[in-house]
Amino acid sequence: MSLSEFHFIFKGKRHLFLGWLLVFGLETLAVAQTQISGQIKDGRGHPVPGASITVKNSFDGATSDSSGNYNFISSDTGLQTLTVSSVGYRPIEVTLVITGKAIQMNLQLKEEPNELKAVTISAGSFAAGDSKRGAVMSSLDIATTAGSNADITAALKTLPGPQQVGEQEGLFVRGGTGQETKQFIDGSLVNNPYYTSVPDIATRGRFSPFLFKGTVFSTGGYSAQYGQALSSVVLLESIDLPDRSEIDATISPLVVGMGTQQLAKNKNFSWGLSYSYVNVLLYFGLVSQKPDYFKLPAYHNADGNFRIKTKNGIIKYYTTFAYNQLGLRTADIDSAYLKNAFNLANHNWYNNLSWRENLHNGWKMVLSASYSTNLDNIQQLTQDSANRPHIFPDSVFWMQSKSFNLSNKQNLAQGKAVFEKRISGLSAFRFGAEYWYSYNPLIYNDTPRTITDHLTSAFAETDIYITNDLAAKLGVRYEYSTLLSQSDIAPRISVAYKTGKDAQISAAYGIFYEKPDNQQIFFSPGLKMTEATHYILNYQKITKERLFRVEAYYKSYFNLVKTVPISYNYFGYNNNGSGFADGIELFWRDKKTFKDFDYWISYTYLNTKRQFLNYPIKLTPDFAASNTASLVMKRFITNWKAGFNLTYTFATGRPYYNFMVNNTGNFYTAEQGYTKDYQNLSFSCEYIPSLGKVKPKTFIVLFASMSNVLGYNAIYGYHFSYDGNIKQPITPPAARFYFVGCFLSWGVDRTQDAINNNL
Amino acid sequence: MKSILFSCLLLVALGSSAQSEKYLAAMEKNLHAFDTAAKTTADYQMLANNFERIGDAEKTQWLPYYYAGLALANAGWADQKLDKDANSTRINTFCDKAEALDKNSEIYVLRNMSATQQMLVDPQTRYMTYGVKASEYLNIAIKLNPDNPRIYYLQGESMFGTPAAFGGGKDKAKPLFEKALALYKVEKPKPMWPNWGKERTEEQLAKCQ
Repeated sequence: MSLSEFHFIFKGKRHLFLGWLLVFGLETLAVAQTQISGQIKDGRGHPVPGASITVKNSFDGATSDSSGNYNFISSDTGLQTLTVSSVGYRPIEVTLVITGKAIQMNLQLKEEPNELKAVTISAGSFAAGDSKRGAVMSSLDIATTAGSNADITAALKTLPGPQQVGEQEGLFVRGGTGQETKQFIDGSLVNNPYYTSVPDIATRGRFSPFLFKGTVFSTGGYSAQYGQALSSVVLLESIDLPDRSEIDATISPLVVGMGTQQLAKNKNFSWGLSYSYVNVLLYFGLVSQKPDYFKLPAYHNADGNFRIKTKNGIIKYYTTFAYNQLGLRTADIDSAYLKNAFNLANHNWYNNLSWRENLHNGWKMVLSASYSTNLDNIQQLTQDSANRPHIFPDSVFWMQSKSFNLSNKQNLAQGKAVFEKRISGLSAFRFGAEYWYSYNPLIYNDTPRTITDHLTSAFAETDIYITNDLAAKLGVRYEYSTLLSQSDIAPRISVAYKTGKDAQISAAYGIFYEKPDNQQIFFSPGLKMTEATHYILNYQKITKERLFRVEAYYKSYFNLVKTVPISYNYFGYNNNGSGFADGIELFWRDKKTFKDFDYWISYTYLNTKRQFLNYPIKLTPDFAASNTASLVMKRFITNWKAGFNLTYTFATGRPYYNFMVNNTGNFYTAEQGYTKDYQNLSFSCEYIPSLGKVKPKTFIVLFASMSNVLGYNAIYGYHFSYDGNIKQPITPPAARFYFVGCFLSWGVDRTQDAINNNL
Repeated sequence: MKSILFSCLLLVALGSSAQSEKYLAAMEKNLHAFDTAAKTTADYQMLANNFERIGDAEKTQWLPYYYAGLALANAGWADQKLDKDANSTRINTFCDKAEALDKNSEIYVLRNMSATQQMLVDPQTRYMTYGVKASEYLNIAIKLNPDNPRIYYLQGESMFGTPAAFGGGKDKAKPLFEKALALYKVEKPKPMWPNWGKERTEEQLAKCQ
C-alpha cells in the first residue's frame, strides 16, 4: 500500500498572541551579566551543532551553531553547573564560578552507544524483517516477489549466494549442497523444513512467510549460537502478539483454507488455528504435467498457536500438522517400455515452544524447546506398460534396486537455553547450551535400521563495541555427538568498522561442522564430522531507500563424505573428500530512483570444486553455476489498488557428469558436459479492492502469478542409463506454473480497547 | 507568631510572583521568536532547547515542554532531510514530561504529529504501527477535550492528504475543516496556551470548495 501521497506540509506556526504579556517582559532586578562562550566538539574533534548549553536551573543558555560555537549572557553568579546535551551524545555537567568576567569554555561530548547508529556485523548475513534495520526483505516482500508464490526459499533465491537449483529443494549456498543450509525457528532447528522430496521436483517449504516478523539469511560466517550447518543458516523469528483478532479464508482452484487469530481484550494473550487443503485435480486437468500422476498430490495442513505476554517477555507456542500423499510414474531410462512408479505418503508434526524474557540488571533469557516427527512411507515399483510390477533376476541387480519399500521416521527433540548480559553500552556477553535428541527408525525392504544420536552443544559469544564505529563479535561453540563419539570446537570471529555515515566494512571468520547423513553413518559407523572454514569480507552502504553491498569470500571444505563402491549396489563411506569455494557477490536495492517502483539486482560469481560422494577427482559440483543474476521489480499503482511484480533470473550452465565404476572398483567420469544456460521470467500481481477503506468489513486480496512466462525449456542436468549410453534431460514437471487465489479476512478492531485502557 | 507566618507566606508569594514574571518574560520572548523569526531546523532546535531550559528550571509548567515539542514538530514538517525518528523520540520525551505535569488534549495533538511524521518515513510498512498510533492519539485527544479545534484540523489534513481511492480526499476533509473552523471561532485559549491552526484551516477549507 503506497501512501506516499499521504503527506502534507504543515506551515502553521503559533499564532502571534496577545502582547499584554510583554508588560512582564522586563527584567526587574539588576543583575550581573556574564558572557559565556566556547565550542562543543565530539570525541573525534568534529564540531557538534545543535547542542543545548544551559546554566542549570536557570533560563540562561544557548544552542551551538553549525561550527559548534556557542555564546550567551548569564545573569547568575557564584558556583553554578553548566549542562551540555545533544541528541546522540551523553549529557555532561561541569561546575564553574561566574563572577561577571567573560568565560571561555570548550567542551567535548562523547557519543552515546546507539543501536541505530552503531555499526552492525553484516558479513555473511542478510537481515530481513519489518523490525530490522537494513532489512533486505520483509514478509510482504517475500509474498510479492514474482516467482516465489510466498515460498521463503524461493524468495531467498533472488538474493546473492544461492544457486538456481530447480530439481530438488533446499538452498545451495556458495558451493554447498542443500543439506548444508539449516533453518531455525526461534532458535530451534527445523528437521524437515520442506515437503518430502519427490524425484526431480523441488518441493516447497512448509512455513508461510507471514508466520515470521523477521528473517535472517546468513550465507556464511554466522554466530556461534548455531551449529550443524556447513554453509548457511536461515533464522526465522516468529511474530509476537497479532495486531487484532481476525478470521481469514483462502479460496483458489489449488487450495482452500480457513483460519482464525484471536487476541484477548487486554492484549496479553492470543491464540490461533488454521487449516488448509491443497488438491491439484482441477489444476492438473487444466495444465498438463509431464509425469503421469496415478495418485494426485493432496495436502492437509493444520496449525495452531498461542502467545502469552509475560512481565518483560513473551511465551510462544506453534504447532503444525501436515499429511500429504502423491504417486507418479516416470519412464524408466534403462528400458524402452518400463516405468518407475513412485508413491509417497508423509505425516509431519512440528512443535515449537519458546520463552523470551528480559530479567533484571541487563540480563536476558531465551528458553526454547521443539519436537518434530516426520514419517515418510515410500514405495517405488518398476512397472510394465500395463502398470503391472516387473520382477528382475539377480543378474540385473541395478534394475532390482529400483523397486523398494521405505518407511523412514525422523524424530527430533531439542532444548536450548541462552542467557545474555549487557555489559556496558551495546556490548554484551551471551552463553548457552543446546541438546538434540534424534531418533531415526527406518525400514528398508523389511530390514530395520535405527539411528539414535545425542548431540550436546555449548557456546559463548561476546559483542564488543569499542566505539559506535568499531565492533567485534567473538564466539566459540563446542559440540559432542554420541553417535560419532566425536567432539569439536568451532571458533567464530567477526568485526565491523563504520567507514562513513551509512557505509561500513566487515569481515568474518569461522569453522563450521556438520554430521554426515544418518544413513551414511549407519553403513560406515567410523565417520567423522564434515568441516568448513569461511573467510568473508563485506562492504555495504545503506541509506533509507537504497542498499548496496559487495561481498567476497573463500571457503574450504574438509572431511567431506566420499562414497566407496563395495560390490553391486553396496557402498561404504569415508571422510576423504575435500573442496573449496570462492566468489564475489553484489546486491543493489533501490526504492528511490523511480517513484513507487522498487527493484533489486543480485549477482553471484562462484568458483568451486569438490571431491565428494562419487566424484573421482575435484570437480565443479553439478549444482554450481559460475554466474547467477536476478532482477526483481515491483510496482504498486495506488490508484488502481494493484501491484505488478516481475522477476528475471539467469544462470550460466551447470556441469553434469556420469560417474561409473570401472573394473578396478573405482569411480571414473564416463561423460561430462555443461547444461545450457538457465533463465526464468516470472510475473505476479495483486489487487486489493478494500485498500484504504476505513475499517472495511471484509478485507480482500486477489492474487495471480505465472512462472516462466516465456516458456523457456529449462534443463537442470541429465540422468544416465546404467550402461551410460542413454542420457535424459532433467526438466521441470510443467513449462509454467500458474496460481490464482483470493484471500479474505474479517477483523475485529481492538483500537477502541486500547483507547479505553489508556484513559 | 501569626505575623511571622504571614511574612513568610508573603515572601513565598513575592518570590513565586517574581519567578513567574521571569517565566512569563522568557516564554513570551521565545513564543514571539516562534511566531516571527523561526524558519530553519536550526532555529526550531534552538527554540526547543530554550523551552526545555525554561521547563527544566520551572519544574511545574507543562507549556515550555509542549512548545519545545511543537518547535521540533514544525522542524519535522518542514525539513524532509531531518532524521524523523530521532526528532520524534525527542518530541515524545517532551510530551511525557508535559503529560506528567498536566495531561491534556494539546499534548495528544502533539503526539499525533510526532507519530504521523514517523509514519510518513515509510507509510507502506509503518502505517500499521505509527499510523494506527497517530489516530489513537487523536481519539484520546477528543476524549480529553472534544472542543479542541486542532484535533479536527489534523484529521482534516490527514483526509486531505489521503487519496480518494484510499478513503480520503477533499470531500471527506471538508466537514472536518469546517468543524475545526467553527471551534477556532469560539476558542478562548488561556494566556500562552496553544491557539495555532486557524489560518491554515481557512486556507485548506478554501482548497476544498
